[in-house]
Amino acid sequence: MKEKTQVGDIDRSLYDFRYEENEGDFLDRGLTPQIISEISDEKNDPDWMREFRLKALDIYNRTPMVEWGASTEGLDVDNIVTYIRPQSRMNTDWNNVPENIKETFERLGIPQAERESLAGVGAQYDSELVYHNVRSEVAESGVVYTNLESAMHDERYAEIIRSHFMKLVPPTDHKFAALHGAVWSGGSFVYVPKNVHLDIPLQSYFRLNAKGAGQFEHTLIILEENSYLHFIEGCSAPKYYEAGLHAGCVELFVGKGASLRYSTIENWSKNMYNLNTKRAIVQENGRIEWVSGSFGSHVSYLYPMSILNGRGASAEFTGITFAGEGQDLDTGAKIVHNAPETSSYMNTKSISKSGGKSTFRSSVAVNENAVGSKSSVSCESLMLDNISRSDTIPVIDVKTDKCDVGHEARIGRISDEAIFYLTSRGLSEQEARAMIVRGFADNVSKELPLEYAVEMNNLIGLEMQGSIG
Amino acid sequence: MSILLETKGLTAAAEDKELLHGVDIVIGEGETHVLMGQNGAGKSTFGCTVMGSPEYTVTGGKILFDGEDITSETADKRARRGMFLSFQNPVEIPGITLSEFLRNAIEQQTGKRIKLFEHKKNLAKAMEVLGMDSSYADRELNVGFSGGEKKKAEILQLLMLRPRLAILDETDSGLDVDAVKTVSKGIEEYRKSVGGTLLIITHNAKILEELRVDRTHILSNGRIVREGDGSLALDVLANGFEKYLGEV
Repeated sequence: MKEKTQVGDIDRSLYDFRYEENEGDFLDRGLTPQIISEISDEKNDPDWMREFRLKALDIYNRTPMVEWGASTEGLDVDNIVTYIRPQSRMNTDWNNVPENIKETFERLGIPQAERESLAGVGAQYDSELVYHNVRSEVAESGVVYTNLESAMHDERYAEIIRSHFMKLVPPTDHKFAALHGAVWSGGSFVYVPKNVHLDIPLQSYFRLNAKGAGQFEHTLIILEENSYLHFIEGCSAPKYYEAGLHAGCVELFVGKGASLRYSTIENWSKNMYNLNTKRAIVQENGRIEWVSGSFGSHVSYLYPMSILNGRGASAEFTGITFAGEGQDLDTGAKIVHNAPETSSYMNTKSISKSGGKSTFRSSVAVNENAVGSKSSVSCESLMLDNISRSDTIPVIDVKTDKCDVGHEARIGRISDEAIFYLTSRGLSEQEARAMIVRGFADNVSKELPLEYAVEMNNLIGLEMQGSIG
Repeated sequence: MSILLETKGLTAAAEDKELLHGVDIVIGEGETHVLMGQNGAGKSTFGCTVMGSPEYTVTGGKILFDGEDITSETADKRARRGMFLSFQNPVEIPGITLSEFLRNAIEQQTGKRIKLFEHKKNLAKAMEVLGMDSSYADRELNVGFSGGEKKKAEILQLLMLRPRLAILDETDSGLDVDAVKTVSKGIEEYRKSVGGTLLIITHNAKILEELRVDRTHILSNGRIVREGDGSLALDVLANGFEKYLGEV
């Protein structure tokens, strides 16, 4: 007899855990110039940053709410505590990190990952970096990996930060970019000097841990000429009943002939609003590679953008989105071809189930000067049931006929034949579905470092649990 | 001799249309049976229903495996009991390699972890029997396989999963002479190494040449119309179905 597929709640206990926070550590819940000034005081901001924050707050107040994508109705920014004082200051010795924070990271597997293969860890707990370490050989090569706050006060980097900070993503970009400019806190600053090729990846693993808390970390990465870096960003947040907000910002400057790979696995708890802005600008013969896995969150707006600004610059975007019950994930990527002979390749997969909604937006703009450029976009969607939804919205804006732009989209379902085939070999229906989904996500897993690929497969397994009736 | 598979008055329907009208078949452990019939007679329907395909609903009768009623069991449970169906049109599963899939299936069936090295060794051995290039192990399951390659991959699964009962649904159809030989070799190896029971659905004499057929069943319009020993299969292949169908 034919059985109906039913999907139960997902056991996210592995990822959804938290510790009690100290009530006394909260600032006021609203967003006022006074709070912004308090943040500046707390961080000992230089004058330009104080002014920057206040201007950004002003822009925030004047900018209307985003209304074109997934609904942000449940988000009441005025009631989100924007900044939480961490329980410990920045610490480069693992032994000095407070026990409960340490345990959180232990469960996320950070120390081991760092020991084994990673060059440095900038792990963000709530809003401050609590643990920061860069292996000595990385430091010796002249690579800087620290938090923005300390770098701002270091005369060697102060000017470079001032001249790059929110220049790629200005506060006027959209409401949440403005919010970010006003309240940003924590994040990473990475500087790779000319001709330095960093073989081991740098990793930043941060997560939210307080009720109603927003997280506004800023990542600024600058690669000088002919350098190479692989930066890995991973997020996991505990589950809360109150709406949470993540409005981070990533700015990547890729110099001439330099190459940056930026890998992310985002696994927000399912009440989060993940309104993140990521952007890269790439100079002559430079290359940006994005690998992006979006899991979790209630609503996501995420469209990493690559601006190919020098001749021969290239961008590649590989992404996967998994939208389950109650999730509306609006993701995609943007490419701007702004120089001759630039090339871009976008390959994305999205999975929706249990009424989840996944929207993929791709935007490719080829400007008049981008003669001889090439772009190829491919997106595939997999819907696991009849109540889920998947939309593909491609935008192609080409201003020269001397270019080659292609787009293909496919939407599919898991066929009964495929399930029967796999179950006839002894796999349960749930395992069969999980296997098909894992296979579907394979091109993304392949691009990830091993431990992340394992984590993504585990996440898929978790998401698929209880998906059979 | 103990009975391994028995169907009693099995009726089955797809989308409210009854396709099997009371099929009785008894297969003893270790025997080789052949199921024949013209196109549309219900052979594949029978194979798939016995394996537990959700496409068909059992509307009457019973399926017994090893004496136990499995009529309402799902396909995975039947597989774990030791049943196997070689598909006429194996499904493509992108992103999952043949090797990974087989390891997973073996682990699910046996409930034991199998070491990668050991698995690869066993797989290489089975592939050698079938003259399959070792690179197939790392290819995505059935993706871009030719018809012949898909059928070989099915027989490879048969050798690796070592079921007690193998139902081969036209595994030899659409194959050239050499490929049929390879498939026959695989079946022979299965008989030799596992000593399993076979139900072969076929139109082809070649595949039966090397096998000692214990029993032949002829299906027409969802009913068994004639049964006999191995010589019946050969007679049908030589002279056609006509005279047997007329007997109904």
